[in-house]
Amino acid sequence: MDPAFIVIQSLSGLASASSLFIIASGLTIVFGVTRIVNFAHGSLYMLGAYLAVTIVPMLLEVDRSLPMFLLGVLLSALIVGVIGAVMEIVLLRRIYHVPELFQLLATFGVVLIVQDLVIKLWGAVEIPGPRAPSLRHGVFIFDQRFPAYELFLIGMGLVVLGLLWLLMQKTRFGVLIRAATQDREMVGALGVNQAWLFTGTLFLGAFLAGLGGALQIPRVAVNTQMDISIITEVFVVTVIGGMGSVPGAFVAALIIGQLQAFGILIFPKITLVLVFLLMAVVLVVKPWGLFGKPDAAAGRAILPEGILSLKRFGRVDTIIAGIAIAVLLALPIVGDNYMVKVGIEVLVLALAAFSLQFLIGVGGIVSFGHAAYFGLGAYAAGLLVTRGGMAMEPALLLAPLVAGGFAALFGFFIVRLSGIYLAMLTLAFAQIVYAVCFQWVAFTGGDNGVVGVWPSAWASSRQVYYYLVLAMTLAAIIALRHAIYAPFGYGLRAARDSAIRADAIGIDVGRIRWFAFTLSGAAAGLAGGLYSFSKGSIDPTMISIPMSVDFLVMVLVGGIQTVIGPVVGAAAFHSVKDFFMPLTDFWRLFLGLSIIMMVLVFPRGIAGATSALVDRKRSVTLPAGGV
Amino acid sequence: MTLLAVSGLNKRFGGVVAARDVAFSLQAGELLAIIGPNGAGKSTTFNMVGGQLRPDSGQVMLAGENVAGLAPRAIWRRGVGRTFQIAQTFVSMSVAENVQMALISWHGRVFSFRSRAETLYRLEALDLLDLVGMRGDADRPVRELAYGDVKRVELAVALASQPKLLLMDEPTAGMAPKERAQLMELTASIARQRQIGVLFTEHDMDAVFAHADTILVLVRGEIIASGKPDEVRANARVKQVYLGDMGVEAAMRARRGRA
Ligand SMILES: Nc1ncnc2c1ncn2[C@@H]1O[C@H](COP(=O)(O)OP(=O)(O)OP(=O)(O)O)[C@@H](O)[C@H]1O
Ligand SMILES: [Mg+2]
Repeated sequence: MDPAFIVIQSLSGLASASSLFIIASGLTIVFGVTRIVNFAHGSLYMLGAYLAVTIVPMLLEVDRSLPMFLLGVLLSALIVGVIGAVMEIVLLRRIYHVPELFQLLATFGVVLIVQDLVIKLWGAVEIPGPRAPSLRHGVFIFDQRFPAYELFLIGMGLVVLGLLWLLMQKTRFGVLIRAATQDREMVGALGVNQAWLFTGTLFLGAFLAGLGGALQIPRVAVNTQMDISIITEVFVVTVIGGMGSVPGAFVAALIIGQLQAFGILIFPKITLVLVFLLMAVVLVVKPWGLFGKPDAAAGRAILPEGILSLKRFGRVDTIIAGIAIAVLLALPIVGDNYMVKVGIEVLVLALAAFSLQFLIGVGGIVSFGHAAYFGLGAYAAGLLVTRGGMAMEPALLLAPLVAGGFAALFGFFIVRLSGIYLAMLTLAFAQIVYAVCFQWVAFTGGDNGVVGVWPSAWASSRQVYYYLVLAMTLAAIIALRHAIYAPFGYGLRAARDSAIRADAIGIDVGRIRWFAFTLSGAAAGLAGGLYSFSKGSIDPTMISIPMSVDFLVMVLVGGIQTVIGPVVGAAAFHSVKDFFMPLTDFWRLFLGLSIIMMVLVFPRGIAGATSALVDRKRSVTLPAGGV
Repeated sequence: MTLLAVSGLNKRFGGVVAARDVAFSLQAGELLAIIGPNGAGKSTTFNMVGGQLRPDSGQVMLAGENVAGLAPRAIWRRGVGRTFQIAQTFVSMSVAENVQMALISWHGRVFSFRSRAETLYRLEALDLLDLVGMRGDADRPVRELAYGDVKRVELAVALASQPKLLLMDEPTAGMAPKERAQLMELTASIARQRQIGVLFTEHDMDAVFAHADTILVLVRGEIIASGKPDEVRANARVKQVYLGDMGVEAAMRARRGRA
């Protein structure tokens, strides 16, 4: 290859690495101090970009010069910093002690809120930004033209690295950040006013996100998808580097920048896949990233967030279940077409949510990418029918097998991890699946998906298809539920409660978790397959992060400590969504606020709250275990 | 044959030497106590024998087979049961279910989807709980128990697989003095009856000197003395660095108070 070309290519890799580092350093600092993975970091980045395309042109009106441009960038970043500080005071401070899953969900609630607000304020159309004065020219390197602004970005990355280093070494604030990153309790013991440390950290983290976003405006048109696309990349950078480590983020950003710059030559469409594969490999070799350290809390015996006791089916439960099944059976007879459609969707989602609860509630495996397996089932069924000319029946059988196969493949890596790293890896794999389905247009139909996924003739009436769905989802839910009560489910719960103890009595913890992951993926795949035939089409939204979050919300609404709660949660969530979404432009805002409220006041969900009420009536309030 | 023969066991954590050339052996039916101040490397030694930690070098011969570096479950399958310094139980399960889980695993049925776990091996579990005096609490969630009782449940769990060797890292921590004596007596009688070798560590010297057949004194990763209780008690070096040191004893008392 031409050496000049290689130099240019790696320089442009350095420029993206620089941007990535600026943004990722903010996320990793915030994580180090607060132990919260801030999903909304991508939203802060997006806000930085939107503020900059608003502020910078106004300043350039006054004086078209580079200092004005930079002033605008700085102002935008400062405003974002303030927004971050407000976010800490209003929300984060209330969730430092809730389980990771809830923290992730709550910050994702902020993502949803910001999305709707941005559309409201700036509109849904992308906005091209101004170029930076005096940096619009190209520089010639080995006779190749290279944009001066990209060189400037490389410099900015180094400047930020240097300033962060100075901050961490020379200021009291920086020393406190480092101390808190190493040992959170110690800072409390030193009598440091934690509230200000945390607010200050969020200001710094958000400032860096906003700076990263504002610096993008000469390079990309600002748009409303910037948040999700950057956050997955930034997650990867921080995870590879080691959560909490700024040097780690720098090294990881460099590696990823180069991987993208050169990967694009070999696999033009799937650089994202390369990046995620790198992350998977790093995590298998170094489960805490290149520069990360195991969390001090890891291995401590705490009460797990999930199912804590399995009750027998009592008389009341049997009656309720009987009534529910009778209603479900009667629905096509008494209900109209619309109700049958909603009924199908609820059943399908109930199975997907139940399979997720099997992982989270029983296995303690918090998957943030469960939509991957739902989507793989849907795509398998849809593509087999439309591209493969297969009939519905075998396609429905293959859907769970394909999804289960991928779950086995991904799960092999995933189940070795725990906590936040596990959640990040599930998210990463889901994004790979999403990226492939999105970008492999010729096969998957890309953004539009594929239409014409229809059931066989005998099941083509909505009513008949409804009964088919009812039979299959009920059977799958009952089978999974049975597994929870069987030795397998107990073994899985044992592995969750204390992996050390489980291993010491001969339980192969890795294997049982892997098996559970595969099983759950297959069940989600069946749900996806059924879903594709009910809609008649497939598209990438079925695999997207918002879909995964929907499943999590269903589990949460239903109650993470209950076995059957997620089924109730799916019904409640989908009914509300189906009713409200057409009525409002602010569904995401509403959903985001609801998620946050739920995490703050109602973390045990509907079913959990009801059983808590019942328990209270029996007045068996017992202290939580001190084991 | 010697049940357990450890030799040349080494482990460092960064700059800290947690075990240096640790060697000892243990016969079936024998109680061997490892004593030493906090941070001496007792738990590290236990974990290397049990498979929770991989030794940097050295041998752990279990009934003639080197098990050093094997996974805990592989060592368990060869007949080693254990309890932990910080009790490890399945906090979402009842006392009986904790023991049942161990029995399910012992019978090779963890991956079974047939039948309900709740009903499997319940009677056997109740018998084991009877043995450690916890039968009355069989259906309570294990997370509600007092810490001393949790330690007892752990013993029942460890016994479920009919081990040849028991590893007990501070089995009586968190118990009242009377309970301690009872539990140690129980452990000793089970060991003699079933010819189980017991490796244990205790900060309670009364328990150690009353029940151990052999005592090993570990200080900063090194064995500084070993022998019968009387020999160890009389050992000048032990007196100097450990038993006689008022500071250590005071620290131990404080520690007991905390536990
Ligand atoms: N996982 C680990 N990583 C780093 N250092 C460790 C680790 N485990 C133990 N150590 C260190 O090794 C030394 C021995 O620890 P160990 O837990 O074996 O002592 P111990 O004799 O069991 O003490 P105690 O009476 O307090 O239980 C200590 O200095 C300890 O800090
Ligand atoms: Mg110890």
